[in-house]
Amino acid sequence: MKIVVCIKQVPDTKGGVKFNPDGTLDRGAMLAIMNPDDKAGLEAALRIKDECGAEVTVLTMGLPKAEEVLREAIAMGADKGILVTDRVLGGADTWATSTTLAGALRNIDYDLIITGRQAIDGDTAQVGPQISEHLDIPVISYAKAIKVEGDHVVVERQYDDRYHVIKAKMPCLITALSELNEPRYMTPGGIFDAYDAEITVWGRNDLKDVDDANLGLAGSPTKIAKASDKVRKGAGEVVELDADASVSYIMGKLKEKHVI
Amino acid sequence: MDFTLSKKHEMARQLFKDFAETEVKPMAQEVDETEHFPMDNVKKMGKYGFMGIPIPKEYGGQGCDILSYVMCVEELSKVCATTGVIVSAHTSLCADPILTYGTEEQKKKYLPDLASGKKIGAFGLTEPGAGTDAQGVQTKAVLDGDEWVLNGSKCFITNGEVADVYIIIAYTDISENKKGRKVKRFSAFIVEKGTPGFTFGTKEKKMGIRGSSTYELIFQDCRIPKDALLGPQGKGFPIAMHTLDGGRIGIAAQALGIAEGALERTIEYTKERKQFGRSISAQQNTQFQLADMATKVEAAKSLVYKAAMKKQEFAEGAKVSYSVEAAMAKLYAAEVAMEVTTKAVQLHGGYGYIREYDVERMMRDAKITEIYEGTSEVQRMVISGSLLK
Repeated sequence: MKIVVCIKQVPDTKGGVKFNPDGTLDRGAMLAIMNPDDKAGLEAALRIKDECGAEVTVLTMGLPKAEEVLREAIAMGADKGILVTDRVLGGADTWATSTTLAGALRNIDYDLIITGRQAIDGDTAQVGPQISEHLDIPVISYAKAIKVEGDHVVVERQYDDRYHVIKAKMPCLITALSELNEPRYMTPGGIFDAYDAEITVWGRNDLKDVDDANLGLAGSPTKIAKASDKVRKGAGEVVELDADASVSYIMGKLKEKHVI
Repeated sequence: MDFTLSKKHEMARQLFKDFAETEVKPMAQEVDETEHFPMDNVKKMGKYGFMGIPIPKEYGGQGCDILSYVMCVEELSKVCATTGVIVSAHTSLCADPILTYGTEEQKKKYLPDLASGKKIGAFGLTEPGAGTDAQGVQTKAVLDGDEWVLNGSKCFITNGEVADVYIIIAYTDISENKKGRKVKRFSAFIVEKGTPGFTFGTKEKKMGIRGSSTYELIFQDCRIPKDALLGPQGKGFPIAMHTLDGGRIGIAAQALGIAEGALERTIEYTKERKQFGRSISAQQNTQFQLADMATKVEAAKSLVYKAAMKKQEFAEGAKVSYSVEAAMAKLYAAEVAMEVTTKAVQLHGGYGYIREYDVERMMRDAKITEIYEGTSEVQRMVISGSLLK
C-alpha cells in the first residue's frame, strides 16, 4: 500500500507573525513547525504502516527551508520526502496550491492521500478537497478515525454534534483532524537518518498537466487586501471544582502570578 | 573550529526539549516530593530510543553520537535532574562499558534490551569503605569451577533497585607490588537482577535527585557464570576508571542542564516579580547576576560539548584519552550548577525557598553533581595529575 501525506510548514503561533508588503506571509522570517493537522495525518499514515505495512511519502510545497518538515516526517518514520519549490509557485492561494500539489501527485503512485484538515496559518480547509477534485478521486474530510479494510478505508467523519461512518474505495483522499491521534515523537536515530536521506526536489517543470495560469501568486484568484496579526487573548482555563476548592485554586493561581 | 550545531543536532535538541517539556516537566515536582522513580517516562524514553542514543544500530541502539546523548541528558535535567541521571547512569556506566569491553556475545545479549529501555543498567564500584580510594573495595570474586562467587556489598548505587543489568567491580586477587605492599587487582563483572545471592539493602533518602533509585547492593555467595567477566581478568580498575571518565561527561551534562533550567526560571521570575513599582529585572543587581550566571553556563556548555566531542573521537576509533576533558567539564559544570542554582534561589527571594518553585529543588539537585562519579576534589586530582606528570 502506498500513502502520500501532504504536509505544510507553518509559522509557529508561539513566535511572532510577519508579513510581506503584499500581504502574504513572510515565511522565511518566522519560526516554523509542521502544521498540527498534517502531523496527525502523518501519524495516521504511520499507524497504517505499523499495522498493515505501507510506504509513506511526504509531500510539501514551500520555500527550500520547508525540507525541514520533510526531514522531521522521515525522523518520525516516513520513507520518502518530496519538496516542490520554485519561485513561480510563491504566493499561492488554495487554488494554486492544490493545482501544484495535484501536479506533483500525478507523478506518484498512491492508494491513499492524507492531508491535514486545515493549516493554522490560513485556516481555509480547502486544499485537501480541492486536490481530490483535481485528481478526480473521492474525499472524506474531517476524519477523527481511519481504518483500512482491504481496498477500502472506513473513516469517522466529525461533525459538531455527531459523526458519520463513511466507507470509500481507494484511491481516495482523507483530511485529518488533529484530534485524530497523538503524533509520535521522532527518534534520535531517525533524525540522524533523516539528515542522511535524499529529499527529492521538484520545480515547476516537474508538475504534470498543470497550466501556468493556475500557479503562484499570479494564478491565485484570492487577493489579500490586508493581513494583520490579531491580538491574542489568553485561552483561559475551565476547572470544575466545589466552592472551597475553587477559592484555593484561584488563590494559588494569584500567588503563582505574584498578584498577591 | 566551529561552534555552530549542525541541523541534525538542532533537531535532536528540539526533540529532547519537546519531550522534556511535555512528558517530564509535569512530573518533576511529584517525583521529587514522593521519591517516586519515574518508570512510565523511562519506558517512554526507551520507546523513543533515548536509552540507547550512542549505541550502534547493530546492537539495537540509535547509532547517534556522544553529543546527542549529552544534549538529551542536558535537556532532561533542565526540567528534572532525576530523569537526567537515570539516563546518564544507564548509558554511560552500564551500556558503554559493555559496548567498549564486552565480548560479541555479551554485546548481543545485553545491548539491545538496554538500548530499548526494556532493561535498565547500573554500575557498582563504591562501597562503605571505598569511594575515591578504590583499594578499599572489599567485594571479592573467587572462581569456583565454571562460576565466579561474589561476596560483599556496594552502596549509593544509582538505578539500584530498578536496574536489571549491573556492572560490578570486585577484587579477584591480591599481589605484592615492588615495594612489598599488598595490592588488590580488580575485575569487572556483569550481574543480572534475580541472581541468587544478590539482594538489595537500604534505600538511601537523599537531599536531591530524590526520584532516582539509590540502593545498597548485597552479594552473598552470589554465583555468576564464568563468562560474566567483563574485559580481561585483573583489568577491572582501568575499566572502572575509563567508564567513570565517560560517566563524568553525562554528569557534567546533567549539571549543565540544572544550571540552564535554573537560569531560565530566574529570567522568567525576575521579569514578573515587582518590587518598588518595577520588575526586579530592572534592578542592576539582578541584571549583573543574570549576566554572570549566563556567562558561566555558556562556558560550562563549551567544556561539556568539547568533552563529548573528544569522547566521540575515541568512539570512532582514535587512540585518544578524554579523561582530562571529562574531569574539567564535570568540575566546572557542577560548580556552576551549584553557584547558579544558589543565585537563582536568592533572586527568587522567599519564594525560592518554597518547594512549589522549581529552583528550590534545583539547588538541592545541583549539590550531588559536585560529589558523585568523582567529587570535585577528585576531578582536580585528575586534572593536576595530567599537568604534573
